[in-house]
Amino acid sequence: MSDLLKTPLHGQHEALGARMVDFAGFSMPVQYTSIKQEHAAVRQHAGLFDVSHMGQIQLSGVGAIACAEKLLTCRISSLRPGRVRYGLLCNEEGGCVDDVTVYRESETMLWLCVNAANVKKDLLWIQKHAGKTVTVVDRSRETALLALQGPASASILDRLTVPALVAGKISDLGRFRFADFEIAGHPVQISRTGYTGADGFEIYLPAESAVSIFEALLDAGRADGLEAAGLGARDTLRLEAALPLYGHELDDSTSPLEAGLDRFVKRETGGFIGAEAITRREHEGRLRQLVGFVIEGRGIARGGYPIDLDGAHVGHVTSGGPSPTLGSAIGLGYVPPELAEVGSKIDVVIRNRPVPARIVETPFLGAS
Amino acid sequence: MSDFELPEDVQYTRDDEWVKAEADGHHRIGITDYAQQQLGDIVFVELPSPGDSFEAGQPFGVVESVKAVSDLFAPTSIEILEVNQELEETPESINADCYGIGWLIRVRATKPEELEKLLDRTSYEKTIEERS
Repeated sequence: MSDLLKTPLHGQHEALGARMVDFAGFSMPVQYTSIKQEHAAVRQHAGLFDVSHMGQIQLSGVGAIACAEKLLTCRISSLRPGRVRYGLLCNEEGGCVDDVTVYRESETMLWLCVNAANVKKDLLWIQKHAGKTVTVVDRSRETALLALQGPASASILDRLTVPALVAGKISDLGRFRFADFEIAGHPVQISRTGYTGADGFEIYLPAESAVSIFEALLDAGRADGLEAAGLGARDTLRLEAALPLYGHELDDSTSPLEAGLDRFVKRETGGFIGAEAITRREHEGRLRQLVGFVIEGRGIARGGYPIDLDGAHVGHVTSGGPSPTLGSAIGLGYVPPELAEVGSKIDVVIRNRPVPARIVETPFLGAS
Repeated sequence: MSDFELPEDVQYTRDDEWVKAEADGHHRIGITDYAQQQLGDIVFVELPSPGDSFEAGQPFGVVESVKAVSDLFAPTSIEILEVNQELEETPESINADCYGIGWLIRVRATKPEELEKLLDRTSYEKTIEERS
């Protein structure tokens, strides 16, 4: 693992006894104690994730907002400073270059939080379309990112944070809003966002403050049941929330509509790269649709397993695993649209054996 | 890395299984403490049926953790006498007590001479060290 990149918290993970794995070229904690335990901590109390491997790309200049409007499927002109929006970067064929969150800072500056594995690809893509009036800066390595997720998150942060301006208490910060705060004397930006389906926050901070803020958060939250949580729990949590993971549900050839992300695509106004192709693909008829399913037989679906119907191959699983909260095996996968109805029966082929499954509403857990 | 429990009274395989000779001359098989720690929370076990036979090295079942699917390999040539049915409902018993209630199968070694190739505690410990 010596060639892997390390986040500023690598030493903390090792001291906590984390099992480290290679994720997108980074040595990352997959679990500290147990995925199930960390998962339960987030659902019942709170979990603290180091997600500093993720990338941050800043666009600034007089053309920054127009450039982002052209690059992203979500509307940017209506996104007010201090707000966050989820969207996709699409290619000309309507496939997904990446899925990102957009942070609007001002009339001339915004930044994107992007997937670690896509930072270089996104940078090249954005620079290619940026033009002379936009400055594109990769802030990934200088920025650490902590996700504090779970119902106790707000009260933990309330005890630690000082609003930098007039933002008020952290618990008053609305969903998909962000503001400047201080934790233990260090400036941070906090958004009420996350990737777990739980209430929670994402804390952006200078890499050099990461150790003291990570320790301060763990200390402050201990009495509330806060635990350090790894990528294993992050994956089971996002799966229960049916949130897509790039490389699994999304890739360069998948349209956001096939992935069920219609509400993050400005189809009426268009004007973004990939809009024509997405419209054309809709006219021609979707080839496939992302669905959530619950396994009704014995077994666990995993990414890549075939989906069959009456012995014929009809699709494949993109993500699957046990749901610690529901106690059942759940998954996401692509099937032809005519089979995508909630309640439809499919078979997931597990080690050459068709195991019955039923298509269900997503998210698997009630929306939070 | 955490320490693992490696009893003296069982033999081991490079695939992180243990084989224990029982008083009746048959053998009980499970996965080692090292294996269960590496896997993490075990959530599913698929085992063969009594009467099934496997050659040494053949996969005889599957153990799944939250994240991963791992094949189980026959340590020697075996005929299945009994499987641990309890694991269907409580696969987490393997995490709790991999040498006890988390056992997998009870077998007849159909080529007993192959048992001599299994590892003792010290040799097995060495294979773990070589991997880390």
